[in-house]
Amino acid sequence: MTGTDDILVDIEQLTKRFTADSSRFSSRHEYVYAVSGVSFSIKRGQTFGLVGESGCGKTTIGKMLVNLVRPTSGKIIFDGKDLVTMKPGERKNYCRDIQLIFQDPYASLNPRMRIGDIIAEPIKTNRLLPKKQVEERVKELLECVGLASFMRNRYPHEFSGGQRQRIGIARALALQPRFIVCDEPVSALDVSIQAQVLNLLDDLKEEFKLTYLFIAHGLNVVKHVSDQVGVMYLGKMLEIAPKQALYNEPLSPYTQALLSAIPTVEPEKKHQRIILEGDVPSPINPPSGCRFASRCFDKMPICDEVEPELRQIRPNHYCACHLYA
Amino acid sequence: MAKKPISQNLKLASIDISLMDDQAVALLEAPQDKPESMWRDIWEGIYSNKTSLISLAFIVLLGLVAIGTKIAPGVLPYDPFQQNLSIALQAPSLAHWCGTDQQGRDIFCRILVGAQISLTVGFSAVAISLVIGVILGAVSGYRGGATDTIIMRVMDMMLAIPSILLAIAIMAALGKGVEKAVIAIGLVSIPEYARIVRSEVLAIKESDYVAAARVIGNSTPAIIMRHILPNVLPSIIVRATLGISMAILDAAALGFLGLGVQPPLAEWGDMLGRGRSEIFRAPWLMLYPGLAIMLTVLAFNLIGNGIRDGLDPKTRKR
Repeated sequence: MTGTDDILVDIEQLTKRFTADSSRFSSRHEYVYAVSGVSFSIKRGQTFGLVGESGCGKTTIGKMLVNLVRPTSGKIIFDGKDLVTMKPGERKNYCRDIQLIFQDPYASLNPRMRIGDIIAEPIKTNRLLPKKQVEERVKELLECVGLASFMRNRYPHEFSGGQRQRIGIARALALQPRFIVCDEPVSALDVSIQAQVLNLLDDLKEEFKLTYLFIAHGLNVVKHVSDQVGVMYLGKMLEIAPKQALYNEPLSPYTQALLSAIPTVEPEKKHQRIILEGDVPSPINPPSGCRFASRCFDKMPICDEVEPELRQIRPNHYCACHLYA
Repeated sequence: MAKKPISQNLKLASIDISLMDDQAVALLEAPQDKPESMWRDIWEGIYSNKTSLISLAFIVLLGLVAIGTKIAPGVLPYDPFQQNLSIALQAPSLAHWCGTDQQGRDIFCRILVGAQISLTVGFSAVAISLVIGVILGAVSGYRGGATDTIIMRVMDMMLAIPSILLAIAIMAALGKGVEKAVIAIGLVSIPEYARIVRSEVLAIKESDYVAAARVIGNSTPAIIMRHILPNVLPSIIVRATLGISMAILDAAALGFLGLGVQPPLAEWGDMLGRGRSEIFRAPWLMLYPGLAIMLTVLAFNLIGNGIRDGLDPKTRKR
C-alpha cells in the first residue's frame, strides 16, 4: 500500500494461529487460523472500519494491536516501529499509545472498583501525574465523556450500559493515547444509545487528534464513523476501500451481500436482497481456493483452486476476487 | 441516500442527552464525596442485618469471657478444674446454673473457660487453611497447566479421605494436644479454600476487566492483587466464617474422641464426649456444652451472611 509519512499503523501479513486440540496425549495438532496474512494501513487521524461476521478474526486483530494476543507472524508497524519483534520492556512503553475500548461494557469494568479508581488506575500505573493531580484529571476525563464528576465514587453497577461505555472510553483516554482500537463499542447498546456513543467517539477524535480502528459486525454502524473500510471473511481481508467507494460500488460479492442485508427505513420499498446460502467453512480446514467460494453467488471454476490476492482494482480500492482478474 | 438527515439526527440526539445530563446534575443534591473502605463495607453489612449484629455481639461477648477468664480466673465462682466428688452430678440449680459433672466441677464455669480453647482453635485453624489454601488456589488458577494439575490432584487426594479421618491420621503422627489439633484441622480444610479460590480465579482471569488491566500496562502481580483477589475475597471471607464454625465442630469431634485437649482442661467437645455415658442420668452434662457449640457455630454463620451482603456492591444499602 502507499507508503507515506502520514500512516500511523501499518499491518503487514499479520497471522495468528491458535492450536485447536489441546489433548496432551496426541502429538498431532490442528490449527485454527484466526487471522491469516492480513495487511492494511491506517492514516493518522482517520478511522479504519473493520467489518466481518463473528469469528472472522477482526477482534483477534484488535487484541494483537494492544498486545493481549501475540501474533504468530507478520508485522505491526506503529509510527515506524515494529511492535511484534520489540522486546517486552520496550513494548510496554507503547501500551500508552494504543488503547482499547471493549465490546461489553458490563464485563469490562471491575465491579468492586469505584469508577474514579477505574479511570485513575492507568494514570497511577504508568505514573503519569503526581498523586495530587490525579483526582483533578479524573474529574476532567469524566466531564470529557459526558458524565458528572461527582459520579466517581459510584460503582459500575449503578450505571447504564451507555454510561458504562463512557467510563470505558474515559479509561482508554486517561493515557492520552494516539490510537484507539474500538472493539464493537456499540454492539451491546440500544440503538438510541449507539448514536450518542458514536457521536462521543467522533467528538473525542477531533478534540484529541485520535486515530481509530473501528471494529463492527455490520456495515451500517461503520458507515457513520469510518474513512476507510476493510471487509474480512474467515481470517482474510476481502476488500479495502474508501467509505464512499465501498458503499456505492462494492466489488467483492461478499461485500455486496453484506450491503444488501442492511435494513432500510422504508418497508414498502422492495430492494433486492442477496441471500447467502450455507455456513462459514471451518477455520480448521479452510477451503483451498477463495475462502468465500463455497457461498459465493458468482463463483467460477478458478475460485475453488487458486486463492485470489488482494489487488488494487480501482484507485485506492483493493479487492481479493477473481472476477476482476 | 438519506445520509445527511440521519447524521443530523444523531447530532441532535447527542445534544439532547448532554442537556439531560446537566439537568440531572442540577437535580441531584448533596453529591457524596466520601469513599469507603472494605472494612466499612463489612461493618455496614453486619450492621444492617439484625441477626448478624446480634451474632457479632454474642461472639464479642464470648471473646471477652475467654480473655477475662484467662487473665483473671478468680472472677469465676468455682474453680473449673477442682474436683469435689461430694457434689458430683448435681442437676442445674441456682448454685450451679448448668449442674455439675462426674467430678463435681461446675459445668457453667467449664463452658466459660472452654471458650478460650474453642475460639482459639476456630480462628487459628482457619488462619492456617486460609493462607495456604488461597495461595495454592490462586497460583493454580492463574498459572494453569502442569502447576494446576499437580496442585489440584494433591488437593483431590486430600478430599478423597474423609476430613475427620485425615485429621485423626495427622494427629496420630503429631501426637495429642490442642496445638496439634489446630494444625490437623487447618491442614485438612486447605483443599476447600484452594478449590474455591481456583475456580473463581479461573473465571475472573478471563474477564474483560482483567484484559483491560493488562492493556493499561499492569504487571501480573498488580493484576492479581488489585483485580483478581478483591473479587475472590468475598467468597473467601464468607467461607472462612463458616470455616471457623466447622473448625470448632472438628475440634469438638477430636475432643470427643479424646484426641484434642487433655484433662483436666475444659473444651466443649471433650465435655460432650465425657458426658455421653451419663446422658440418661444427667442430660445436662451434654446439653449445655452442646448448646454452647451450637450457638457459637450459628453466630459465626450469621456473621458470614452479613459480611457477604456488605461486600456485594449490589446488595449494599446506602
